[in-house]
Amino acid sequence: MSQRIVVDPVTRIEGHLRVEVIVDDDNVVKEAYSGSTLWRGLETIVKGRDPRDAGFLLQRICGVCTYSHYKAGIMAVENALGITPPLNALLTRTLMSNALFYHDHIVHFYQLHALDYVDIVSALSADPKAASEEAFRWCETPYACGADQLKLVQDRVQKFVDKGNLGPFANAYYGHPTYKLTPEQNLIALSHYLECLKVQRTAAQLMAIFGAKQPHPQSLTVGGVTCVMDILSPTRLGEYLTRFQEVADFVNRAYYPDLVMAGIAYSKEASVLNDVGVANLWTHKEFQISRNEWLFDSGIILNGDLSKVHDLDEDKITEEATHSWYKRNEPLHPYDGEQEPNYTGFKDEKTLNAKGELVDTKVFDTKGKYSWIKAPRYDSKPMQVGPLANIVVNYARGNKYVVPIVDKFLRDTGLPLNAVLSTLGRTACRMLEAKVIADHGLIAFNNLVENIKSGDTETCVPYKIDTNKEYKGRYIGNVPRGTLSHWCRLEKGVIKNWQAVVPSTWNASPKDAKGQMGSYEACLIGLKIANLTQPLEIIRKIHSYDPCIACAVHVMDTKGNELSNYKVNPSL
Amino acid sequence: MPKMHDNSIPKLLEEKGFSRRDFMKWSSAMAVTMGLPVTFAPTVAKAAELADRLPVIWLHMAECTGCSESLLRTDTPTIDSLIFDYISLEYHETIMISSGWQAEENLEHAIEKYKGQYILMVEGGIPAGSSEFYLTVGPHGITGAEHCRIASKNAAAIFAIGTCSSFGGIQAANPNPTNAQPLSKITDKPVINVPGCPPSEKNIVGNVLHYILFGTLPALDNYSRPKWSYGLRIHDLCERRGHFDAGEFVQQFGDEGAKDGYCLYKMGCKGPYTFNNCSRERFNGHTSWPIQAGHGCIGCSEPDFWDTMGPLEEPLTDRLYQSVFKGMGSDATADKIGIGVLAITGVAIAAHAAIGASRKNKGDSK
Repeated sequence: MSQRIVVDPVTRIEGHLRVEVIVDDDNVVKEAYSGSTLWRGLETIVKGRDPRDAGFLLQRICGVCTYSHYKAGIMAVENALGITPPLNALLTRTLMSNALFYHDHIVHFYQLHALDYVDIVSALSADPKAASEEAFRWCETPYACGADQLKLVQDRVQKFVDKGNLGPFANAYYGHPTYKLTPEQNLIALSHYLECLKVQRTAAQLMAIFGAKQPHPQSLTVGGVTCVMDILSPTRLGEYLTRFQEVADFVNRAYYPDLVMAGIAYSKEASVLNDVGVANLWTHKEFQISRNEWLFDSGIILNGDLSKVHDLDEDKITEEATHSWYKRNEPLHPYDGEQEPNYTGFKDEKTLNAKGELVDTKVFDTKGKYSWIKAPRYDSKPMQVGPLANIVVNYARGNKYVVPIVDKFLRDTGLPLNAVLSTLGRTACRMLEAKVIADHGLIAFNNLVENIKSGDTETCVPYKIDTNKEYKGRYIGNVPRGTLSHWCRLEKGVIKNWQAVVPSTWNASPKDAKGQMGSYEACLIGLKIANLTQPLEIIRKIHSYDPCIACAVHVMDTKGNELSNYKVNPSL
Repeated sequence: MPKMHDNSIPKLLEEKGFSRRDFMKWSSAMAVTMGLPVTFAPTVAKAAELADRLPVIWLHMAECTGCSESLLRTDTPTIDSLIFDYISLEYHETIMISSGWQAEENLEHAIEKYKGQYILMVEGGIPAGSSEFYLTVGPHGITGAEHCRIASKNAAAIFAIGTCSSFGGIQAANPNPTNAQPLSKITDKPVINVPGCPPSEKNIVGNVLHYILFGTLPALDNYSRPKWSYGLRIHDLCERRGHFDAGEFVQQFGDEGAKDGYCLYKMGCKGPYTFNNCSRERFNGHTSWPIQAGHGCIGCSEPDFWDTMGPLEEPLTDRLYQSVFKGMGSDATADKIGIGVLAITGVAIAAHAAIGASRKNKGDSK
């Protein structure tokens, strides 16, 4: 008999995400549904406002990949107005992107994802000396892995566990049969988990040097950046270099070796292999390092065919809402996007609880609407975006910054290239992105210094908004969770229309009118779950996307209707 | 004062590998943050020794998680892991390991076990009324508002962390499509507002310490903000204040005045109308803050600031405000001076700025 399992909330993510699967008698997933249970409506709120404010308002879409929507909001307006900011401003924005990717990726792996692979309780039985020796197998100079230090970590955690009050560590899936690391390997990762709490703070400071603060930096403006004093200060530049190297050190001596270690340990674990999800991959150029160069290139791969990389045709992007809680179902281009909420709620059904009992719960109405996330499509196809897409497309393009790093990783793990197209690969590619930045992120810094040395201290260009003119413009780029685009129309000097088509919308998309699944749903099909009351495999797969659900939820109403008039039937 | 366990904080610290010296350093940093003389550090330390691992339940509503991220930035290097042990974080969706049924069990367990003893912290605005179902959490599809009502019932103290739970925030900006409300409109229990988008980590952590230190909740202004952190205007201690008084203003981003660090009032800085300690505490371990980075304050710790402070890069003068909550607008002094002063203050500041600038221009022409 088939069973329905509900996972809500999916924790260690940004936002409110619910996943439901239906498994057969062998506990193999036959159907999967992912949906967001929160609606905020920021795109409605920016309408009618000053375009200069858009970046600040839209930044509040997300405080985790903070800066992504800020930069996108500012650059979409610049694109609409035909503004090219000065080189100093463009390079400074890249320096802030370095910090964002660093921060997001290390925090995602260690704080949000690692414990899907690492069993803390197992680490307590490790031999610290053997663990230290183990660490040297993966890195010549391992990070925070001396035997004494590992002993200290173990003792601290042991005492914490002995108190019997685990706080945020309570009620997890310790001892789950799909954990594959040895106790010693678990201890290494645990040490890095704690170290990352310090390093992430450094990465945040790295952004704040030119960005004022993190989260929610405040130094970009339409036309450039405002942090001219910081850019011209040798002290600030030195601070940036130092902090950058501190994080690079962590990437090289902890993040990279840990992924090699985990890649080998999990290389035969069925639940993380052979499941690319959606094999249509899209990425976009980002990290401008000079007037005409970027660290990462753009491109599209269809059906997993790495032999051909296609160019983007912007007109082929649409969003539809057949299974989303909005009124109009048909696909629309983001410049003309239209969404009015139409909440139809859950259905009543019995599902398995944590004790394995069938209990009354709410479930998605999967024949109808079941998510606040819409279904974006490219040429009617679902796409996967994110580090996997970025690394694979750039590898297929022969990108000179990406290819050697990927080749080295494949050599170090002994994995074939197609192993990258999996849940494990997705997690590894996020690390590889951080590694590209650690190795090449300072090109932008050096070029900034060279440019200032040449006497160019311009940071902002003046501009005028003609209130009699209509403008439209967009930002397309790559942020920690993948390809992000913002689309705007300006009229009478204010925002007429705004649409953000974000990475998590692509990946977490519900089904479309043709029944095509988004990547979260697709990668769960065929997954065998060891213990139905402990769906660790589901969480591990979903976490590999680094879900950001506040980003994925948005609404726009082009007719200027008063949205507050909509009524929801609370009995649903 | 809630006494949870016999374990003292220094003992806990020792076990966690922190030295007494680290702890004293942290205590003096907190004393300064809270506006107390440094000599109060030993008192702070002593008070912290008395309680152990205050249980905290942190709920996520309609938000961006920026406040949780801010909490993670605690600045003294060896302290943030301490904070996680020191406050026993019973439920926090971004940090906790368990998901789904197990996560919800943790919440129910904590509310029951620590009845009347836990601190509730809420991040995010809350869809209310007929829009309440715009946010549901857990297998039973319970609304966010209901989660707040249940958790607030037996909390020892309730903090609204960030501008969203304090005042509604971005999703409550005009036209507030989800009818998002502040926490104070959802529960009938008293709520302490810790606004900011996001608030600095010190403003989040400092309030918990205040509770332990004095055994009482901090003194509040008329927006229920703790006076120790929101008692002064940004303008009062701004590093560019001298330029304001001298009439030296940035006229355009990137101009010579910007390179010289002139006042940002004419670029829309809302520092004169905004109550917060950013100019003293800054962000990310004193790394910087918006005005240092050459951008004006946007007034993010004031009620309805998205509606009342825009356009964010234009100066405010005398103006009337329209906001979804029909609030009092952005300016009132921290304690008792009301709305009437706002217009006068705005005019006075504009006049001061204009006089200063003309004086400066004259000086330039000589």
